[in-house]
Amino acid sequence: MNRIESCFADLKQQQKKALIPFITAGDPNIALTLELMQTLVASGADIIELGVPFSDPMADGPVIQKASERALANNISVFDIFDIVRQFRQGNQTTPIILMGYLNPIEVVGYDKFARLAKQAGVDGLLTVDMPPEESHDFIECMTQYNLAPIFLLAPTTTQARIQKICALAQGFIYYVSLKGVTGAGHIDMAEVGLKLTQIRAMTCLPVGVGFGIRDADSAKKVAQIADAVVVGSAIVKLVEVSLDQPNNIPMLMKQLLTEIRQAIDEE
Amino acid sequence: MDFMTLPDEQGHFGQYGGIFASETLMYALDELTQAYQQYKDQPEFLAELQQDFTHYVGRPSPLYFAASWTQILGGAKIYLKREDLNHTGAHKVNNTIGQALLAKRMGKTRVIAETGAGQHGVATATVATRLGLECVVYMGEEDMQRQALNVYRMKLLGAKVVPVTSGSKTLKDALNEAMRDWVTNVDNTFYIIGTVAGPHPYPMLVRDFQTVIGKEAKQQILDREGQLPNALVACIGGGSNAIGLFHPFLEEESVKIYGVEAAGYGLETGKHAAPLCAGKVGVLHGNRTYLIETDEGQIIPTHSISAGLDYPGVGPEHAYLKDTGRANYVAVTDKQALQAFHSLSQTEGILPALESSHALAYTMELAPTMDKNQIILVNLSGRGDKDIHTVAEQEGLQL
Repeated sequence: MNRIESCFADLKQQQKKALIPFITAGDPNIALTLELMQTLVASGADIIELGVPFSDPMADGPVIQKASERALANNISVFDIFDIVRQFRQGNQTTPIILMGYLNPIEVVGYDKFARLAKQAGVDGLLTVDMPPEESHDFIECMTQYNLAPIFLLAPTTTQARIQKICALAQGFIYYVSLKGVTGAGHIDMAEVGLKLTQIRAMTCLPVGVGFGIRDADSAKKVAQIADAVVVGSAIVKLVEVSLDQPNNIPMLMKQLLTEIRQAIDEE
Repeated sequence: MDFMTLPDEQGHFGQYGGIFASETLMYALDELTQAYQQYKDQPEFLAELQQDFTHYVGRPSPLYFAASWTQILGGAKIYLKREDLNHTGAHKVNNTIGQALLAKRMGKTRVIAETGAGQHGVATATVATRLGLECVVYMGEEDMQRQALNVYRMKLLGAKVVPVTSGSKTLKDALNEAMRDWVTNVDNTFYIIGTVAGPHPYPMLVRDFQTVIGKEAKQQILDREGQLPNALVACIGGGSNAIGLFHPFLEEESVKIYGVEAAGYGLETGKHAAPLCAGKVGVLHGNRTYLIETDEGQIIPTHSISAGLDYPGVGPEHAYLKDTGRANYVAVTDKQALQAFHSLSQTEGILPALESSHALAYTMELAPTMDKNQIILVNLSGRGDKDIHTVAEQEGLQL
């Protein structure tokens, strides 16, 4: 069983929902990324989504765009990110790690080599934002060979037919984008999300996570009432942005926010 | 090779093109593909398009024999396809009219666009205001400074111009920002992409609207000379004016095809915008194509004196034409383009756009190597009024 499956199985037994924070690898610097991952786990993260920075993050809002720019200014490469994951695994064998990013940095490495190195480093799943199922046949084959879960997004505009097609290919969990927009955008319409989740659950037994637009304990709590996992990205990355002159504060700020969100989710 | 049936249903030109877009965009792309399939051969749609081409754009654009320039260069006869004489001053309007008519039929009330030199932004603002559509244009902050005149033109036409400050603050970042707007406002918004890039169906759709250039040129040269040209030359940023000229000639094997990229300060300096000549295959802005990127797959900021060519990617159909050998892709420097700008201005009384000046610069190399009874057909894709500040600056003048 892959770490993602074990994680959701354990949570189900404990009747808990998964908390999935996102940070961008290399932001604010490469050295701090490992410590932030450890902090997130210690503060209640069940799965870590590690952003692989790209120069042209089309699906991201301003907060994650700036995080990518900061990380790239530190010259971080995918190989550095594999190193970070390897170091993380020395102290943690259970928390799943998902790499989230765009296709081009993977293309230059090659699908097979990228999947192999990711697996060796201790990665569990890959979410490639601009790689829809129509183009992903070869890549999924490589991921499956190395027991990496291909994670796909579903959007409010995704049709019934596409939901079915994507659910057939996805592993690990389904990532539902809660609103029309980019990461970190507007406010979520919970009733609408609830309806869509019912539609998705009719098509798959995989856990369903919800992300884009969850900014605090309150919205996380509401999402946890209807989803299996809560993904929080921009709200966490924003803590880096506001602490650039005092990077030593970032772990403490992340701990505060994540602990709050964890408590809110567990209360439901 | 069967060039005319491409792309396939998923938008592939061989290994290039496709749909590499976030799930949040898939519905909008699918909706657009379906609408285009529905209207593209519909007599009423085509009649309205034709009507606008004739009475609003001023088509057909003339095919002009540049007698003096031909004589000076001392080789092949040079014909210029005068897209600079279109309403708004460039080929861009052929596409924006087509897409805006689609937008109207799809019930969209708002159009958005990205722009580099500002020509596409102006062409979008123009058709939007005429059809009563709200218009928002994304433009890199750096480009807004370089092309202040076009920024003001767009404002006069009622468009809102949004400065883009992310990334390299140029055309590629404007495209990212327009995509972000589109996923957010997908219900009422139509994204009018200005070139043959982006995810399917854009490379096909923009090409189809621009092929009016090549279809007219083919008929015009046959009428004038009784034969096809020996060579076609067009500049390539994203490549829409070039594919518009080339496409109707792809199966005419006797016609050589040259696409001219921007070599900027020189290909060897790394400061250029020539992905076909000096780039690698990758995925950006929804399609697989040649890109200017680092070894890590990050997109590198490009350089060209011409804002309209300053783009790190290129339309996927050009990538395919390069690999199959049907078209040749070459590059000329900023300096060569400026020389061509002056040369044409002084001999023919035509100020060409700096983009088009790249095609003219290669023509200056090519013409003398050909016989006097041979013919080169060059796409003069835009007029140079918008560039006079840039040219003056090169001469050390402040206007």
